[in-house]
Amino acid sequence: MIAPEVQGMARDAGTGRGEDALLELSLGPHHPSTHGVFRMDVTLDGERVVKLKPVFGYLHRNHEKIAETASYLGSMPYTDRLDYIGSLTNNWAYALAVEKLAGIQVPERAEYIRVITAELTRLQNHASTIGFLTQEMGASGSPLMYSFREREKILDLFESLTGSRMMCNYMRFGGCRVDLPTGWLDQTRKVVAEFPRFLDEFERLLAGNEILLARTQGVGVLSKELAIQAGVTGPILRASGVNYDIRKVDRYGIYDRFDFRVPLGEHGDVYDRYMVRMLEMRESVKILNQALRDIPSGPIMDTKTKIRGFRPKAGEAYGRIESPKGELGFFLISDGSANPYRYRVRPPSLINLTVLEDMCLGSNVSDTIVIFGTIDIVLGEVDR
Amino acid sequence: MGRIRRVKMDLEKIKSDIEAAVPGCRLQIVLNGSPSGQHSLLLDREHAFEVAKFLRDDPELRLDYCSNVTGVDWLDTETSEKVKVKKLVDGVEQEVDEVRKTRTLGYLEAVYHLYSMEKKHGPVVVRLRTENRGDQVSLPSLTPVWRSAEFQEREIFDLYGIIFEGHPDLRRILMWDEFEDHPMRKDYVEPNDYEYEPTPHDAVLEKSKQARAIEGQR
Repeated sequence: MIAPEVQGMARDAGTGRGEDALLELSLGPHHPSTHGVFRMDVTLDGERVVKLKPVFGYLHRNHEKIAETASYLGSMPYTDRLDYIGSLTNNWAYALAVEKLAGIQVPERAEYIRVITAELTRLQNHASTIGFLTQEMGASGSPLMYSFREREKILDLFESLTGSRMMCNYMRFGGCRVDLPTGWLDQTRKVVAEFPRFLDEFERLLAGNEILLARTQGVGVLSKELAIQAGVTGPILRASGVNYDIRKVDRYGIYDRFDFRVPLGEHGDVYDRYMVRMLEMRESVKILNQALRDIPSGPIMDTKTKIRGFRPKAGEAYGRIESPKGELGFFLISDGSANPYRYRVRPPSLINLTVLEDMCLGSNVSDTIVIFGTIDIVLGEVDR
Repeated sequence: MGRIRRVKMDLEKIKSDIEAAVPGCRLQIVLNGSPSGQHSLLLDREHAFEVAKFLRDDPELRLDYCSNVTGVDWLDTETSEKVKVKKLVDGVEQEVDEVRKTRTLGYLEAVYHLYSMEKKHGPVVVRLRTENRGDQVSLPSLTPVWRSAEFQEREIFDLYGIIFEGHPDLRRILMWDEFEDHPMRKDYVEPNDYEYEPTPHDAVLEKSKQARAIEGQR
């Protein structure tokens, strides 16, 4: 245990009865495992966690208020900065909400491009999440570099399509900004065809690894009932055995045309969350193969939609998609003017944090770090 | 898609079901002018908790998943209309135009988007409204019914200043604890100088004393 007087960061929070005393520890906001500026106020009994309160807001810039003063289009590049790992899915969620608000139809080719870019985003998000996870378990460096190598290939595709690797600002209400450059589809087919080889390699390295199994199985169990009650979404929810994937439930875009399965976990522990992500990547490859085969030619923008001077009728709409981290939704209220009266982001990272304390109680500090890693949060989205 | 639409159109039926299950509650359907067609149900504050429990537990609805909670600020509005009034002008009765102003009190609102993970339908949109836009306005917390509202209601408390009664842990979540205002309110005025220190101390106090002394010498 850390001696409080030496560290200067821990203090006696309990009764002061010597051995029975509890220890309050502040993990973060600059802890290397916290994925950004995030703090966990942990109370420890020996090495067991008895209380954990997440503290955040260090990155808060009131995104929602800024969007109220910007035009509808003006918020599109800003959505990139929410979950900066998956800017294209953020774009899609916002575009979908505005399209619902104004009743805009999207041409077929644009729908295909959206599916392709979203699934590529899912691939690179899950790959880096698992890379970070192994890093947090102590596999310093190597596995993360394996996943970053793959991520790099996908970011290169994003760069040649949108001009930017991470801040893509690519989708528009009623379609996409630019058409695919020549040769982009072939390049993508190549990357997608090679991707399962990376997954096989990763699984060979990790699946039977004794340390990985010991650190993940039975750790941080999240029950099905609590997951639903606390509104957890995405791979964490499915690892707890709840069959709820918005791509299947809402069938937004053109997801009803693709044949894919929803991987489910049984135990809801860290291992299941890791495995669900691995399997989801394989399903995403399946979707990508079908989309890259079927993509038609045609327009990429709805010609009737005005991009500049866009003023939807007064009303409201909630649009949501299955982002790599869970349900990402945008709730917009229009008063008929050029900027939204209310612009709300439903951030999956924030709401998935609700169950952090429940998952960590009773485990030790090193497991807390791993459990926190499987939630897969990005602070840009938590704090907005 | 069929299922999703059915629930939307059945808002009337949901309303009558609730009225049968929770006697005495006052509900109102709020129509939505956008093509999205997501109409909503306005609940009264006294029975909101009961109604929420019914929505979650009713075997037909089973809205077990509260996806999104949004705070909205509606300002006081003033509408003026021209009315023709008969008046005596110089002893002769004449029709004169007069502007009549009516003031409608604004309110803060919490909007809940409910889905069902079991039945895979939704959204059912539920709204709660405060009486006015004052400093001490409160709404019943629905966190005991759906825990996913825990952080989101805290956020609304932080940014809008609605006090959620019955919330297990109502603290500021994004702004720091010492912060006093509610920045998402429409009439919030941001400070013109973020660097301004209202009560200077330590080095800043020294500096300001020196500056004042120099000014005094001049």
